[in-house]
Amino acid sequence: LNKAETSLLLKRDPDRAVEDAPAPHVGRPMQRLEDAAILLGRGRYGDDLAVKPGTLHAAVLRSPHAHAEITNIDTTAALKLKGVRAVLTRDDVRQWSQPFVVGVKAPMEYWALAMDRARYTGEPVAVIIAESRALAEDGMELITVEYAPLPPVISIEAAIAEDAPILHEKIGSNVVSDRHFRYGNPEQAFASAPHRISLEAHYPRNSCTPIECAVVIAEHLPGDEGYEVTSNFMGPFSLHAVMSLALKVQANRLRHKTPRDSGGSFGVKQAVFPYVVLMCLAARKAGAPVKWVEDRLEHLTAATSATARFTRLEAAVEADGRITALDYDQIEDCGGYLRAPEPATFYRMHGCLTGAYAIPNLLVRNRVALTSKTPTGLVRGFGGPQVYFSLERLVQKISVALKMDVIDVYRRNFVAADAFPYRAPAGALLDSGNYQEALRRSLSEGGYEELKQRRETARAEGRLYGIGFAAIVEPSVSNMGYISTVLPVEMRRKAGPKNGAIASATVSVDILGGVVVTIASTPAGQGHMTVCAQVVADVLGIAPEDIVVNVEFDTHKDAWSVASGNYSSRFAGAVAGTVHLAAVKIREKLVRIAASHFRCNADEVTLLNGMIGTTNQLVKPVTFARFAANAPHWAPGLLPEGEEPGLRETVFWTPPNLAAPDEDDRINTSACYGFAFDMVGVEIDADTGRIRIDRYVTTHDAGKILNPALADGQIRGAFAQGLGAAVYEEFKYGADGSFQSGTLADYLMPTTCEVPDITILHLETPSPFTPLGAKGLGEGNNMSTPPCMANAVADALGVEDIRLPMTPAKVLAMIGIDDPEPSRPEFKEATPKKKAAGGKALTAQGVVEIDASPEAVFAVLMDPAALAKVIPGCNALESIGPNKYRADVTVGVGMIKARFEAKIGLSDIEAPKRLRLSGAGISPLGTAMGEGLVELTPSAKGTSLSYDYEAQVSGKVAAVGARMLEGAAKVVLTQLFEQLGRQASGKSAGSGNAFIQKIRSWFGGTK
Amino acid sequence: MKPSRFSYLRGIDTDHILDALHHGGPDARIMAGGQSLMAVLNMRLAQPRWLVDISRTEDLNAIEVDTRTGHLVVKAAATQGSVEWRKTLEDEVPLLKQVFPHISHFQIRNRGTVCGSISHADPSAELPLALVTLGGEVVLRTKKKTRILPAMDFFQGMLMTAREPTELVEAVRFPLKKPGQRFAFAEFSARHGDFALVSCAAVVTDDAIRIGVGGVADRPIVETLPKIDGDDLRGALNDLAWKLGAQDDAHVSAAYRRNLVRKLGWKVIQEAM
Repeated sequence: LNKAETSLLLKRDPDRAVEDAPAPHVGRPMQRLEDAAILLGRGRYGDDLAVKPGTLHAAVLRSPHAHAEITNIDTTAALKLKGVRAVLTRDDVRQWSQPFVVGVKAPMEYWALAMDRARYTGEPVAVIIAESRALAEDGMELITVEYAPLPPVISIEAAIAEDAPILHEKIGSNVVSDRHFRYGNPEQAFASAPHRISLEAHYPRNSCTPIECAVVIAEHLPGDEGYEVTSNFMGPFSLHAVMSLALKVQANRLRHKTPRDSGGSFGVKQAVFPYVVLMCLAARKAGAPVKWVEDRLEHLTAATSATARFTRLEAAVEADGRITALDYDQIEDCGGYLRAPEPATFYRMHGCLTGAYAIPNLLVRNRVALTSKTPTGLVRGFGGPQVYFSLERLVQKISVALKMDVIDVYRRNFVAADAFPYRAPAGALLDSGNYQEALRRSLSEGGYEELKQRRETARAEGRLYGIGFAAIVEPSVSNMGYISTVLPVEMRRKAGPKNGAIASATVSVDILGGVVVTIASTPAGQGHMTVCAQVVADVLGIAPEDIVVNVEFDTHKDAWSVASGNYSSRFAGAVAGTVHLAAVKIREKLVRIAASHFRCNADEVTLLNGMIGTTNQLVKPVTFARFAANAPHWAPGLLPEGEEPGLRETVFWTPPNLAAPDEDDRINTSACYGFAFDMVGVEIDADTGRIRIDRYVTTHDAGKILNPALADGQIRGAFAQGLGAAVYEEFKYGADGSFQSGTLADYLMPTTCEVPDITILHLETPSPFTPLGAKGLGEGNNMSTPPCMANAVADALGVEDIRLPMTPAKVLAMIGIDDPEPSRPEFKEATPKKKAAGGKALTAQGVVEIDASPEAVFAVLMDPAALAKVIPGCNALESIGPNKYRADVTVGVGMIKARFEAKIGLSDIEAPKRLRLSGAGISPLGTAMGEGLVELTPSAKGTSLSYDYEAQVSGKVAAVGARMLEGAAKVVLTQLFEQLGRQASGKSAGSGNAFIQKIRSWFGGTK
Repeated sequence: MKPSRFSYLRGIDTDHILDALHHGGPDARIMAGGQSLMAVLNMRLAQPRWLVDISRTEDLNAIEVDTRTGHLVVKAAATQGSVEWRKTLEDEVPLLKQVFPHISHFQIRNRGTVCGSISHADPSAELPLALVTLGGEVVLRTKKKTRILPAMDFFQGMLMTAREPTELVEAVRFPLKKPGQRFAFAEFSARHGDFALVSCAAVVTDDAIRIGVGGVADRPIVETLPKIDGDDLRGALNDLAWKLGAQDDAHVSAAYRRNLVRKLGWKVIQEAM
């Protein structure tokens, strides 16, 4: 503890909630004030807001390639379409803006539109502005972009490989930051420890997916007035500076407003900010206000993602299970660009990398890698899931390796209850808590003994049952200085210190005594209005229902600062506390006026039940409304001398314990640290690999709880998302970098059918550093549930390498699949050949019998006019060189049809035996490339044609049709070769593919 | 995610719709419940010139029992929900009663139609599997003629059917339960209501087992087995699992799918025995 912190702890803060005053509202499960509007369908979300007459609508054209040079963009045809008003391209962006500031010192150019190169699937390439969204999408189909595809970088391993394709040539490497940290004496701890236990952990790309996607309404104002924007960007408002700089205007020339309601954020609405800039530029190009509503496909493909992380973590462990040192080697996948505030995912957790444990020594290596995937950013839990998936898995592994009860490992390592505030080696100041007590209550009230009994019974019956745990420290109210930890000390010194977490709030009383509270917290459904009303009601002695809380936000009119916004669980600790402080100032002013009015001492004035009176009962109490309106507004002459008229107080507050990183890289990354301890019993179905939760118990200590109903709601929501990360959710990419999770049928989130009811237990150890003693608790289960579930599966199956998400197929693969051979070997022929490792996305092989000689078949393939009839859906074919053609092809599978502009080539020609047929096509639905060998051999019927194909499909088709791609490829190839047979023989090639015929013969007489 | 431009036609009666198909051919697309089509339109994966809405076409919104041939006839505009909540369904087509709760969620069944699901021919969908396993039929009608195809011949591959562009799937015909038949259905999907990774339906009589499998091949496949049990049945199911030609995909391995065929196949047959 430094001196300032010690004195803070000792001094009783007069602004802290007055403990002996009655608090009829805070701490009670009051119903939400926001809900009447929301439940009646009258919420005011971004897309609900009326826009100015003449507002145009934007659609964003996006790269179908993970990595490609953009050689040409032709907008001529689009601009000719009626209703299309403008197209914003890279030339405009280069002229009116500059690249976004990035968080590391590297020559990375990250613009609002891709410039010469696209670096992830879905990267914006152009914006079409039209009279409606549908027309804008019509226009989008008419823009021709020429891409020269480059090899993608699809994993962390690939990104750091020696011969990796480089995404940003000016940087010369895909690793843009490589920092080493050392705290205590880890080398000695490792040298002297009897056990060194290590683990490798892979955390996948996933997200928390809000119902409402991004909404931006932007206008370029006349003259030099700048830009005005309404969007559901949620902060942190340090990024307002990033947006202003990108737009080359002062921050006061970028007015930003947010609507009352936001349909979920979970951190994800941070990723709206590049689109604020993009739509400002689009509005400038169009000369009119522009509205853009992100659709689900755009959101899943290209909005944001949690970082994927590879961690090698090693612990030095004493014989009794005490951990004396940790060594983290972490590599983070931040996507195609390092988008601000990355690499914050790393550094948000930096101070508390030792978790809930008193581990004095620590080594850390953090590498930030770029891949050809969507840039990463804030996702609920931010950094916590990645850290705890390695740390808590390791704790489980230590208990297995040492043959100890894992509960004992926890007991031996937890920070002691009397050690708070506890300074962790990397700098976190764990403010308060009692981890042992939380553990004790979790085990006793959560029924650990019974769970053990159930495990024993299940195992005795041959069933697969496991128990898992996770203990986590949950940081809240981020120190704005933590990101600078990524910079070496010398660079930080040059840049000057950054620290703090400023919150602001205003409480005002109007001319009839009505109370209005405004905050800069951009809520997304958490109930900020309700809690603010509860807090102010307690201070002013009035009813919460009588208080109006306005949560709309306007950078021109509201009190705000760099830390404003809705992230890092900062509401309860910082914002609600600041509201309290502003209300206290109102109360103090009223008390001064009342003391003068009632001719009593200030400490005799009471504000209770909507009345202002005195404890001496000598005067008749006056209603709050009448009294608060009277002197401050209607009769300022009644004010005591020196008192200002009006009644409005704004408070800016920053936590007292947040310093910049010190010379030794120690950083107190957050103002407060809650605690969560999870326990789960799971049973695994040995037939399918499905995990069933038998019981889930989660115990939280988040300091003072302001509204228990809202707190439990936060915990349930975080649990559902944690369960999603554990079992269901992952952004999938193909080997060619194509994105394959573009719908909510491909990106699987647990629904109410999959999320069990959980047991929630609370402990309340108030934080000494926040005005109300409250801390955040909404992110804990995003951090604790994935490792808790993984530990239970590890316990059930006795396995170590667990990859998320633990889908039934992956779990069954760990159990082992009994896959006996069929009774006749030819039954195996139905199963396609195994793909080569790292092979292309799609393959197809087959044999077709054709009623014509190989020469006749070959002649068809070599004759353009005949070939045009063979290619399914070929509308036109023209020669563009020897054995090279350009074709206009409509590919159809069932109701789905896509028109491709294709280039077709024949090579390796060996008449009449074999040739290689390749094709590459582009359509508004994406790109397709295929290549295959066609071989002809004489057969009894005429010719036996065999083909062996590989194909890649990217863009929209891959994103939304992953489930069907293999089947679709088969359909198209079957059409192709059946038609070839018809053309060569002059008649029908029988009823289709011989191979399908054979399969069908096995099911004879099935009609 | 907005559809490209199309002309919208609300079908007044069957003749009106058949006229539209006659003139529109491949440029016309029937919309019934819109539960698959609307998403496809919005993503512009299909861009029909004509959208023919039959959801409010009175004479197609019918469910009838054809006592002469012994079928439950579900016409084109009848929703899945209206069949599901039919009081007599359990006696008429007990397998359907078991199948419906697995089809997505009730909100979707309240809009989605039976004939729409059959026409769409998703290899993982439950209704095509039920129709094929029961040996049902599809009624296809143009302005000029009507033909009735066995379900097995109707389904031709992934999303592919024998329907000609001018034909309307006017109805599907599910055979009514016959004495001695017993039915069972089971599926495995990632989440409740999702498309099945594998689904199995069984019809067991005194001398035979009919087992249908969805979600593995490019269409639902049905096999008839003699009344066997124990290792014989296990062997037959294993052969079936291989014969379906499961492949690795983005979600699961071929071996996993074969495993599900064996396990679910065993389960439904035992249940129907």
